[in-house]
Amino acid sequence: MTAATIGAEQLGARTEPSQGKTTKGASRQSGSGAIWKIGTAVIVLYALFPVLWIASLSLKPAADVGDGKLIPANPTLENYQDIFTSGEFVRPLINSIGISLITTLIAVVVAAFAAYAIARLDFPGKTLLLSGALAIAMFPPVSIIGPLFNIWRATGLYDTWPGLILPYMTFALPLAIWTLAAFFREIPWDLEQAAQVDGATPYQAFRKVILPLALPGVFASAIIVFIFCWNDFLFAISLTSTEAARTVPAATAFFTASSNFINPTGQIAAAAIVVTVPIIIMVLIFQRRIVAGLTAGAVKG
Amino acid sequence: MTATTSAGPTGGEKIAQRVPHKRGTDRAQAERRLGLKLAAPAAILMLLVTAYPIGYAVYLSLFRYDLRVPGENEFIGLSNYALVLSSGIFWQGVLATTIITVVSVAIELVIGLAFALVMHRAIFGRRTVRTSILIPYGIITVIAAFAFRFAVSPDTGFLPGDPNPLGSQFGSFATIIITEVWKTTPFMSLLLLAGLATVPEELQEAAKVDGATAWQRLWKVTLPNMKGAILVALLFRTLDAFRIFDTVYVQTAGANDTQTLSGLGYNALITRVNLGLGSAISVLLFLFIIVIAFVFVKGFKTNLGTVKGGD
Repeated sequence: MTAATIGAEQLGARTEPSQGKTTKGASRQSGSGAIWKIGTAVIVLYALFPVLWIASLSLKPAADVGDGKLIPANPTLENYQDIFTSGEFVRPLINSIGISLITTLIAVVVAAFAAYAIARLDFPGKTLLLSGALAIAMFPPVSIIGPLFNIWRATGLYDTWPGLILPYMTFALPLAIWTLAAFFREIPWDLEQAAQVDGATPYQAFRKVILPLALPGVFASAIIVFIFCWNDFLFAISLTSTEAARTVPAATAFFTASSNFINPTGQIAAAAIVVTVPIIIMVLIFQRRIVAGLTAGAVKG
Repeated sequence: MTATTSAGPTGGEKIAQRVPHKRGTDRAQAERRLGLKLAAPAAILMLLVTAYPIGYAVYLSLFRYDLRVPGENEFIGLSNYALVLSSGIFWQGVLATTIITVVSVAIELVIGLAFALVMHRAIFGRRTVRTSILIPYGIITVIAAFAFRFAVSPDTGFLPGDPNPLGSQFGSFATIIITEVWKTTPFMSLLLLAGLATVPEELQEAAKVDGATAWQRLWKVTLPNMKGAILVALLFRTLDAFRIFDTVYVQTAGANDTQTLSGLGYNALITRVNLGLGSAISVLLFLFIIVIAFVFVKGFKTNLGTVKGGD
């Protein structure tokens, strides 16, 4: 999924206006409303149905899991209590949050410098950097787990946080570079000079003018990178073996084999809801920017 | 001149630029130096975490390198590749990966286009619809795979009559493909929506005046004008689908002939710790990806040529 979130500017999609400005055309079309209203309802249902199903399972006591009803007959929070008291979920949750946040922070900071250079400066190797990043984002992660497995075991990085953060960088950096560069290109940098002409110091001009314009894009890029790390499964099951670094997706897959959870369906469902809700909240807040970031490259061309 | 005109590899990049461009040679040189300095950390880090492991994977693939028999590592040339390429399991993996990729991307294109049209036209609930379509994108793939596995399993599911799709080959493929489609159609539809936004509204109006039906307008006006966006979306999703791993692992673990190339690589590398053989599989998967990308980029070039001619 993730890698694909990068645009393909050099592939030349013939497109121009940016995502945020597309709303004008539609408002003229208010005539044939009904069909689009139905369509809207269908999309919302499509997106939510599996989530509702999982939420329903997570609220069912073990005995009711097989009843096939969407609305739990005897709703209970015991699945949530189970996962939060067992440690089998709490520790992976901490790992997931920590590893994803650290990766996101490093990737966004390092990528911000590169993206600024790409958006504003002329330097040799610029297109090589962009197309190289795109190529890296496209390659299959399974191609590097073998070597990493071997090196990590030899160097002690196996089953540690850095052992996951490093490979996540591989994909997080290209993602961050592409989305940030796309956002930075949209910033009217002339305003910085205008502010200085009006008597602002360079620092003031940056802090009061450029930073507020850049921050939403940086946040959106950070969320996109975070979702990538949060989602990873292959690296997480290949390069960890214990709770020291195992993340939620990997831990959830191994609930099945665990002896604590005899019939882990309810617990898996509860864990699923716990890790999904924060993402939905972030998506709610930054919806417009995330859409813009995801389609960044493809929109310009 | 300066930052404003960076030609892409295909020369087709036309960036909407609002960057000031009036710089002398000294400044241009200083700018180049600053640009390199700023980009260097990212470039070096990417090389370190990518090029080195890839190179090492190619190296390992030329050795007998089995961690269960550590004493017997030796250079064996292309023998691992010969073994892999003559194995029925490998070609079964190629077939399974191809089926999943082709069918799911095809379905995604159709549904994604329909969703994009709705999102483009919908006035009521525009924000709601764009937010909810991001939910499948934001959900962890493993979780989505579990959701659909639970939904179709007889002991937890809601299918009437309690069939067991994951017990059959067709049902397994269908479940995996439906999960993939659910999870990734939103991304496809957002890319297509971005393309839709670029189709000039005037063309639609003109076609309407000429008496074209909505269906005709879709096929004769809308789609031809967003070919570029469709190709980009297809390219991204195809490359992404071809490395599918999580869903298969959770739903069938490769049973019923659903094992994909990533799954085969994982099994050889991590489950059986045969790094030589596993590396050969993953290098081959990497080559497949390169070939697919190459074919698409070729398609772009011819396609963009005709588009330009049509302008």
